[in-house]
This record gives sequence, C-alpha cells and structure tokens, in this order.
Amino acid sequence: MRLLVASAVAGLLALSPNAAWSEEKLFLYNWTDYTSPEAIKKFEAETGIKVTIDTYDSNETLLAKLKAGATGYDVIIPSHNFVPILIDEKLVQKYDAKALPNFANVEDRWKNPEWDKNQEYTAPFHWGTTSVAYREDLYGKKLESLGEFFKPGDKAAGRVSVFKTPEEVVNLAHLYLGQKFCNPDPAEMQKVQDLLLAQKPAVNTYSSEGMNDRLINGDSVISTQWNGYALKGRTEGAKSGKIVTYAYPKEGVIGWMDNMMIPATAGNVENAKKFINFMMAPENMALQANFTGYAAGIKGMEAGLNEEMRTAPEINAPADVKIVFSWACDAPSQKLIDKVWTNILK
Amino acid sequence: MIASAQTPALRRFLGLLPALAVIGLFMLVPVAIMALYSFLEANPFGGIVWRFSPEAYVQFLFERDLADNLVFQSGYLIIILRSLGLAVLATILCLIVGFPIAYFIARQPARHRNIWIYLITIPFWTNQLVRTFAWIIILGRNGTIELPFRWLGILGADDTLGLMYTDFAIVIGLIYAFIPIMVLPIYASLEKLDFRLVEASADLYSSTFETFRRVIIPLAKPGIVAGSILVFIPCLGAFIQPDLLGGGKKLMLGSLVQFQFATARNWPFGAAVAMILLAFVVLCLLWYAQAARRAGAQSGALAHA
Repeated sequence: MRLLVASAVAGLLALSPNAAWSEEKLFLYNWTDYTSPEAIKKFEAETGIKVTIDTYDSNETLLAKLKAGATGYDVIIPSHNFVPILIDEKLVQKYDAKALPNFANVEDRWKNPEWDKNQEYTAPFHWGTTSVAYREDLYGKKLESLGEFFKPGDKAAGRVSVFKTPEEVVNLAHLYLGQKFCNPDPAEMQKVQDLLLAQKPAVNTYSSEGMNDRLINGDSVISTQWNGYALKGRTEGAKSGKIVTYAYPKEGVIGWMDNMMIPATAGNVENAKKFINFMMAPENMALQANFTGYAAGIKGMEAGLNEEMRTAPEINAPADVKIVFSWACDAPSQKLIDKVWTNILK
Repeated sequence: MIASAQTPALRRFLGLLPALAVIGLFMLVPVAIMALYSFLEANPFGGIVWRFSPEAYVQFLFERDLADNLVFQSGYLIIILRSLGLAVLATILCLIVGFPIAYFIARQPARHRNIWIYLITIPFWTNQLVRTFAWIIILGRNGTIELPFRWLGILGADDTLGLMYTDFAIVIGLIYAFIPIMVLPIYASLEKLDFRLVEASADLYSSTFETFRRVIIPLAKPGIVAGSILVFIPCLGAFIQPDLLGGGKKLMLGSLVQFQFATARNWPFGAAVAMILLAFVVLCLLWYAQAARRAGAQSGALAHA
C-alpha cells in the first residue's frame, strides 16, 4: 500500500518539468559510520528513491565544504552548535519539519530546541551527553555532584582523569560553578581557572583516550566520560567484576544533538523531506540507533531497540536530568578558554 | 656545440637535481609555508587570514591586558624551559646508558658486532606509539613491575607503586625510544678507535679513569656529540611520551604546537612555536658543526703527537 502511495507521489512529481531527472535520487551527507545500512535499504524499498551517501568527520569539514560551494547534497546532519552558523551563512533552507506527519513522534523536550527555536530548519537526530564516570566499587558511594570530581576526597585523590579538550572541561566547570557557557567575563573565567588549578594535584591524566582502560585497571576512580563510551566501559568492566558507573550529577550534564537539515543548494528537496519524515518513524530510528549506539529523541522506539540499547542507563538519561547544550564559542571567549587551559598545563 | 667548459657543471647540476628537488619540495617548501603562516592572522574558525601580523611571536612572551597593553607573561617560556630541561636530562641519561653499550659492542670480535648492532636496531622496526603503549603495560597499575610485589603481598589490592603518569615515566619512555640513535654514532667512532692507544696509556701508568678521560672520550667525541644531538632534537619536540606516560599534565613544546593546530585553532601561533623549536634545532646543529671542527683539529693534533 505504502509502495503504491510512494509511486503515485513519484508519478505526480514526474509531471513537474525539472524534477523529471531527479525524483528517484537522494544525496545524504552524514558523519562517518553514522548511517544504518538497514534503514537506508528500507527507505529505498519503500520509496524507490536511490540513496547515495557521502561522509565527513567533523562539523568543520561539513561547513568548509558547503562554504566552498559544494552542491548536490540533499540532507546533512550537523551538530546543534553548528546549526546557527549554517543558518547565518545561508547554507541551509527552511523546510518546516512540523508539517511532516512523523514529527508527532518527536519527544516534547526536543521540539523547538534552543538552536532552532521555531523548528524551521531542523529535525532531531541522535543526541548524547558528556559527564563523569566512576568506579562505584572503589568509590564506595554514589557520585552525586560535580564537586566530588573537581574537589576529590581521599578515595579519588590522584586518581582523577580529565579530558584533554579544553571546551568540555571548561564547560563542566561552568556547570559546577553555575555559570553560562562561552563566558566572556574574565572574572568568571578566573574562578574556572582557580577551580581547575586546585583540582590539578589530584589529577593523574589529561587525556581524551583510554578512559575505560584507566577506570577498569583502577588507575582512575573518577574520569570525564561520554555516555556512549561509558556504556562500553560498564559492559567491559562487568566481565571482571568492576563497576563502572556513568554519573548524572545534580548540576547537570553537557548535551549534544545532531540534526537533519536541508542545504540551500539541495536538488531533491521533496525526497529530502521524505527521508527526514522516514527517519522520524520510531521503527526506522530504532534501526539507526541499534547501529550507532546513540539515543534519539523519538517516542515509541523501544519496541525496535535491542536489549542493551533499551536498558542502558548511559543512553536513557533520567527524565529529570538537566542537560545543558554546549555552543561554538565566539573568538573572545574561545581565547579565554585557551588562556585558562595554557595556564593549567604550563 | 655548447662550450665544453660548461658541460661538467651542467652535468653535475643535472645529477644533483633529483636530490635538490626532494629537499626543496619536502623540506624547504613546508618550512617556508610554516614561516609564512607564523606571520599571518588567525581565523577564529581555524585556518588563517591573509593579513601580516607579528602577533604570534609577541604572544609568546606577552599578553594583552584589557586596556590592550602588553604585559610580560612567562607561561610559554616555562614550557620551553621544561622541554629543554627534560630533553637535556634524557640526553645525558641516554649517554650514560648508551656509552657502555657502544663500548661493549666495539670490544666484541668483529663477527659478533653486527649481531649486537642488529639487536639494538630491532625496536626501530616497530611503531613508536606501540612501543610507548607497551610501557603503560609495564609501568602501570597491575603492570609487569608491580606484579611480583603483589604476589609477595607487599602491595595490597588497591595499592600502587605510582610509577605511571610521572616525570620518571616520561624520561624512561624517552630513553627507551631514542637510545639506539645514541649508541650507533658512538659505536661508529669507537669502532675506529685504535685500542693500542688505550694500552699505551696504561703502559704509561695512567689509571683506568685517566685513560678513559684523556684517551677514549676525546677520540669518541665526534660520536658522542652526534649521538647527543640526534637524541636531544627529537626529545625537544616529543609529545607522545609526555602525553601517554606523563599523563599530559604539563605542556611540552611538541604538545603546545599540536594543541594550537588541533584545539585552539590558532595556526599562526602553532607555526610560530614550531619556528622557535626549529631555531633551537638549528642552534644545536651549528654548535655541533663547531664541535666537530674542533674535535677534528684535536684528533689531528693527537695523530701528530
């Protein structure tokens, strides 16, 4: 039935003069290893649209490519902090995601997000969080505040691991101090610096690799961590009876979300909308989530998720957790972040 | 037809052309690009703006306060001094460990020497990153060194010797990575050493230490200097060992350059730091050339004596 409708729509589109050559194609530009082949196969079978995938490895690459005048992409999936940049640079077009039938499946908390207040340019894709993970068996209690990470007690002194990415660490400090991200105020950044300098004697590594290794072998008791990695750490540690727990501190966690957008130069806008609508169906997004291991803000996905994805506390953040989204900082606040970081490591 | 006097020069030039092209393309051009970038303005989203600015070099020693006045700041200078200190320490330790090895090999029967040299170079066949990771397994918690202590009950279940993530671990990693390039040049000069001179020194009632100080060391000096330079330069720019074994707690010159390009999105400053690093390397090489010339003059004098 659906196939019939799809071919009927395709037939109608074929009548419009310049769509004749393009109606069966969709060019998706997505992150590397971030597209479920099963979901694409299903989309192609349902709609008869042939999908071509190209990949990028950073938001900067995507931005640079579009700015350099790359055309022909119909759907791109940038992170939330690059959405305003793409809109300002007029590289994307409005497409009213709210009018798509499957938009009703989007969880309320992801509707009208900060980076696209009227939901004109984006539809939600995967999302994730950054917080700290800890060895619950060594620590002896639940970690409830980021203060336990920044001012560790005896249990964790000398066994704290911190990311090597200044933005994420400074953002965690902002969360703990109750400040806003991308802070241009030198006095507030001074407090961040004091906090991180006071923490330093308790730190064993500044590194964004091997977090799970250090937690499992006991080098670290508390470590900054991404939720997807924490899931791997928990399953890995459980094999030898080590308990690696991803914390949801009361101050909140840092969030990121990827979004489906349509470039201004897209040649197959209607197909792009069909694809975006397709991905917002719970059974399809579940295929995608099982493939990547990330959460997605679509209601009713549970039935399609595998056991691990459905139950993982790292992926399924409690509903009352405060998730604060990071931003691409402007030049002055970025300079302050770099300065603080150099002062900590010099 | 063409004047025959020019032909040899032309031929020589043509013969050298491939080598010149390789050096020009893979060394001079990249260095020139780096030098150029270090004098441009940074683009906040990465990359550069094509506008001349000495800011990258000014930034190394001064920072601008809110009123845009230049204020001296020592942060980057400390990083340079720390890198220099660590490189000097690693070089001296490499020398102390490497010299006896080279001497030992040089005193072996000629047919055995190649086997020893071969053994020394084997680690070079493996990626440096992998070899450094191996030290995490050796020095780390529950690692090779700690295991016996654990079996004997000296270390409790949650105790550690704390070898990892220290300056000690960094220096161990540096020595291990660079000792072959210390041993080989020293061996090369000791191999040529005429051991009859050592015997003559002993016959003339010189103590072992005096012989070592006045005969062996001066004759091995070109090798010692070459080895020291070859170890010192990569140690100065090393960032794998400080990051993996030292826990990245203190920035080194190498990590500073990497940080500027990858994270801070300040390419001109990264390029400027790399140029400063290069300046140190060139200074070392000039000093080496000087020392080699003096050593040459000295051994010449010895031969005449």
